[in-house]
Amino acid sequence: MSLRQLTPGADAIDVSSLRVSYDDVTALEHVSVRVRARTICGLIGVNGSGKSTLFKALMGLVQATSGTVRIFGAAPKDARKLNAVSYVPQAEDVDWTFPVSVRDVVMMGRYGSLGPSRRPRPADRAAVAAALERVGLVDLQHRQIGELSGGQRKRAFVARGIAQDAGLLLLDEPFAGVDKASEAGLTSLFKDLRDEGKTILVSTHDLAGIPQLCDEAILLHQRVLAHGRPETVLTNENLALAFGTALSDVPEGHHGDR
Amino acid sequence: MEIVNWLFEPLQYGFLTKALLVTVAAAAVSAALSCWLILMGWSLMGDAVSHAVLPGVALAYIFGLPFSVGAFVFGAGAVALIGAVRSTTKLKGDTAIGVVFTALFAFGLAIISKTPSQTDLQHILFGNVLGVSLPELLQVLVLGAVTLAVLLYKRRDLTLLAFDRIHAHAIGLNTRWLTALLLGLLALTVVVGLQAVGIILVVAMLITPGATAFLLTRNFDRMLLISITITVAAAIAGIYASYYLDVSTGASVVLAQALVFLAVYLLGPRNGIVWQWRRRRARAAVSRQHEQIPA
Repeated sequence: MSLRQLTPGADAIDVSSLRVSYDDVTALEHVSVRVRARTICGLIGVNGSGKSTLFKALMGLVQATSGTVRIFGAAPKDARKLNAVSYVPQAEDVDWTFPVSVRDVVMMGRYGSLGPSRRPRPADRAAVAAALERVGLVDLQHRQIGELSGGQRKRAFVARGIAQDAGLLLLDEPFAGVDKASEAGLTSLFKDLRDEGKTILVSTHDLAGIPQLCDEAILLHQRVLAHGRPETVLTNENLALAFGTALSDVPEGHHGDR
Repeated sequence: MEIVNWLFEPLQYGFLTKALLVTVAAAAVSAALSCWLILMGWSLMGDAVSHAVLPGVALAYIFGLPFSVGAFVFGAGAVALIGAVRSTTKLKGDTAIGVVFTALFAFGLAIISKTPSQTDLQHILFGNVLGVSLPELLQVLVLGAVTLAVLLYKRRDLTLLAFDRIHAHAIGLNTRWLTALLLGLLALTVVVGLQAVGIILVVAMLITPGATAFLLTRNFDRMLLISITITVAAAIAGIYASYYLDVSTGASVVLAQALVFLAVYLLGPRNGIVWQWRRRRARAAVSRQHEQIPA
C-alpha cells in the first residue's frame, strides 16, 4: 500500500535504484537520488541522457521497470492526486496559438482540487489572483498565452504551479528562448519560491547559470554521474563524462538553444 | 410581408420543418465538438470516424436496427482499431488512421452493393435530410442534446486535455479516460451529423466550424459560442438556399459553412488576408517613398 498522504519532513524527491526502459532501450538505470525539500536542484545532461524520462517518472507518466519513486514520501500516483507536483513544459512543447488566456492557464492549476465540471469557486479565483500577483503578471492576465514574451510565458506556467500549491516544481529547460534580463528575473523568482518552501528541479543546458541558481546539481547520463553542490559537480572531468566537452569549451551560442 | 412569406413558405411542408430541426441540431453539436477537434489536431480522426461508420449503418439497415446503433458501434470500433494498430506497430498515427478507415469504408460500400434495396443506403452516403422520419428526428434531437450537454459539462477538462495533456496527468486527471470520452463524443456527433449531410460531407461539419471560429477569436469560450452561432445560422441559410435554388440539401449546408469560412479567411477582422495584403502594400509604399528621398 502506498501512502495516501504526503509525509511532512520527507525528502521532496526520493528515487531509489530506478530503471526505466522503453522496449529494448534503457533510458535510466541505477538512478538513486534524494533531493531535500526547499532546494533548487539543477538536472544536467545531454539530449537523450534521460532528463525527460526522470521527469516523467516523477509524474508517474512512465512506469519504472524496477526501483521506486517517492514524492514527499508518496508514490507518484498518489502525489498526483495530492497536487504535489507541477510541471512547466519546454517552450517547444506548448501550442502558443491555443485560445487560452494567461489567467485560464493559471486556473488550470486548480483543476485537480475542483469538482468534475471544474467550475472555479471564489477561493480558486483568489488563489489564481494571488499566483498572478506573485509572478507579476496581473496586468497581462487577459492576454492570450502566446502574446507574452519568453520570460513571461515561463512565469505564467510557474504561476500555474503556485496556484496548484504544488510543493515540487519540475521545470523543463526554463531558460531556452529567454533573454538575459528575463533569465535573471526568473532566477530570483525561483530563489524566492524556494525560500517560501518550494522544491524546484530544473533541467537546463545553461551550465553557466547553474552556480547562481542551484543549491545542488545532478549530472545525468542514463545513470547519475555526480550529485552535490554545483562547484563539486561541474568539474571539467564530470562534464567531459556527461557532454564529452568541458565547461570552458561550451560555446557562447550553446546557451538557450533549442 | 414578402420576406415573412419567403421565410414561412418552406415551413408549410412538414418534411422541411423536420429537415430544419435535424440540421440545426447537427450543426450545433458538430460546431461545439469541432472546437476541440481542431485544437487536438484530430481533423483526420474526424474524417476517419465519419467514414468508418458506413458498414455499421449498412448492417443496421439490413438487420432493421436503429442505424445510430450500428454507426456508433463501428465509429467506436474504428477508434479502437486505430489505437490498436498504432500501439502495436511503429507506424505513424495518420498511417494507422488511413489504413483502418479506408478498409471499413470499402467494407461498407461492399455491403451496400450486395443489398437489394440500395436507395436508402445511397441516402446515407449523401444525406437525405428531407426524408427524415419522426423517430429519426427524435433520435437526432436526443443524441444531440446528450452529446452537447456532456461536452459543455466537461468542457474545461477537454480544453485542458487539448492544451496540456502532461499537466492534466500531473494533477491527477485520467487523460486516457478523457481521450476516450472525446472520441466517444466524436462518434456520437458523427451519428447525429450524418443524418443532416450524409457520411461523405459530415467531416466538413466537424472541421469547418471550429476553423472559422479559431480565425475570429483567441478566447476558447468565445470560440465555442461563435462556432455554434455561425454554424447554426449557416445551416439554416443552407436549408433555405437548397429549397429556393433546388440544390442538394447536404451540399447546400456544407457550402454555406464553407462560404462563411471563406469570408472570414478573406475579411476577418483579426487576420483576414485582404487586410494583411493591404498592410504589406502600404508598408512597401512607405519604404519606396523613403528610398526616393535622399537622406
